[in-house]
Amino acid sequence: MWTRAIMSYRASFVLMLGANVVVTFLDFAVVILMFRHTDTLGGWTLPELGFLYGTSTLALGMANLFVGSIDALGERIRAGTLDTMLVRPAPALAQLCAERFSLRRLGRPVQAVAVLAWALAALDVHWTWDRVLLVPVLLVCGTLIFAAVFIGFASLQFWWGEAKELQNSFTYGGATLLHYPPTVFAKELVAGVVFGVPLAFVNWLPALRILDKPDPLGLPAAFQFASPLAAAIGLAVAGLAWRAGLRAYRGAGS
Amino acid sequence: MRNAVPVAPRATHPPDPDDTPAGGAPRLYLAVARGAFRRFSTYRAATLAGAFTNTVFGFILAYTFLALWQARPGLGGYDQSAAVTYIWVSQALLVTVAVWGGGFQDDVQERFRSGDIAIDLYRPVDFQGWWMATDLGRAGFHLLARGAPPLLAGSLVFHTRMPESPLTWAFFLVSVLLAVVVSFGLRFLVSLTGFWLHDSEGVRAVMLVVAMFFSGMLLPLALFPGLLGDLAPVLPWAALVQVPTDVFLERSTGTGLLGAFGFQLAWAVLLLAAGRLVQLLATRKVVVQGG
Repeated sequence: MWTRAIMSYRASFVLMLGANVVVTFLDFAVVILMFRHTDTLGGWTLPELGFLYGTSTLALGMANLFVGSIDALGERIRAGTLDTMLVRPAPALAQLCAERFSLRRLGRPVQAVAVLAWALAALDVHWTWDRVLLVPVLLVCGTLIFAAVFIGFASLQFWWGEAKELQNSFTYGGATLLHYPPTVFAKELVAGVVFGVPLAFVNWLPALRILDKPDPLGLPAAFQFASPLAAAIGLAVAGLAWRAGLRAYRGAGS
Repeated sequence: MRNAVPVAPRATHPPDPDDTPAGGAPRLYLAVARGAFRRFSTYRAATLAGAFTNTVFGFILAYTFLALWQARPGLGGYDQSAAVTYIWVSQALLVTVAVWGGGFQDDVQERFRSGDIAIDLYRPVDFQGWWMATDLGRAGFHLLARGAPPLLAGSLVFHTRMPESPLTWAFFLVSVLLAVVVSFGLRFLVSLTGFWLHDSEGVRAVMLVVAMFFSGMLLPLALFPGLLGDLAPVLPWAALVQVPTDVFLERSTGTGLLGAFGFQLAWAVLLLAAGRLVQLLATRKVVVQGG
């Protein structure tokens, strides 16, 4: 329904889809422009950054496609329309995500696949079976981790209706962080996304193994394979936050 | 619109702008701007969350700039601390000058959708002037609420370069004011496409891309290669982030400063005039149904 409604302004839709592809690509355009002035950034080459960019953007894009609509939660609470969802015989979380499912969101994953394909072709990786296996594992787990971050931080809107922007810091901000190698950042920041919000498991840690890079934190090698565990823990915490939020929800009174 | 709008009885008309006493119009716009300032200041939690986001992005981008300038010291004429400061000032300006669009645009778009836009054109207050006043009020609030916190956070954690001369702060504010007017001029034109397209969302999305790239928000324009590097500094978007940031970093001083202000002012006047012209064309075209 929502997709059809958007399509009624056809010119707008085409422009928006195009703009969406380009605007997400701008992040990588900056990286390309940076590499016109240098050969490595934090010791990593352009194809290596392309790999980080492609994986991080694809994971974020897929998570956004499936559960991104959840950021409208605060508006629904304010308008009282969440109540309608709660009385329907389907999980509110599923309804919230299915609503406003928008084709426009395809722009991000599509261009991420393009950059990732280029990076994989340009990279000089010694492909062993564990490295080959890590790529799909990374993409699936990365999507799940970002989905958990979307849901977990959206749940805060049950208590703090205007917290939508806070979620952006960790989803879009997190993805931007993961476009660049961990060596660029302060160790505290890297530790924060390993042990705090587990974004480092989206691509940083598996990428260390795939691209054969030294770990700036010197963590055990097991961390590089631990993305599924991080995704499972992330989703469990997000699920608990969502349930706690629903239980705390008292309705808008309308 | 002249013959399509049902004419209300003269007695219930609000006063025409010509009838208002001298000094009335500036007072009115001041009140409108103050109202907008207050309106945005009511979204306290959202503003706090927004300032937090600007700070988070500031941290991430500042580190990437540090890495680049570590590899290439003095790139583009910025030293390391100037490059880091560039990030924090641009984060402070992002929402203030509405590089992404927004502000009054959201309201105008909603009024296109509901048809209220016809009433706006019929008001005794100038359409362009009204929305510019609201946008200046909004920008004033955002400069304080979303501009100051990231700049403060950045200067606490990183080795930033604050203006040496206190006058620079005043020059910076003038430059930001002009940046907001240029940005308003651009966004006003985008909004007016709604008269023809019925929905300016698509054009707005395209403008977002152009503005992000050519404002210097992503990378200082001095780092753009070749033709792009020649073109970007003369386009109006350079007036949004690049020019005020260079004023802040005291890269534009003396006649350079006058040149910077002149550049912003020229685009402001040009865009406002263009907006006025398009508005005239648009109002001729509007047909209001019903009575």
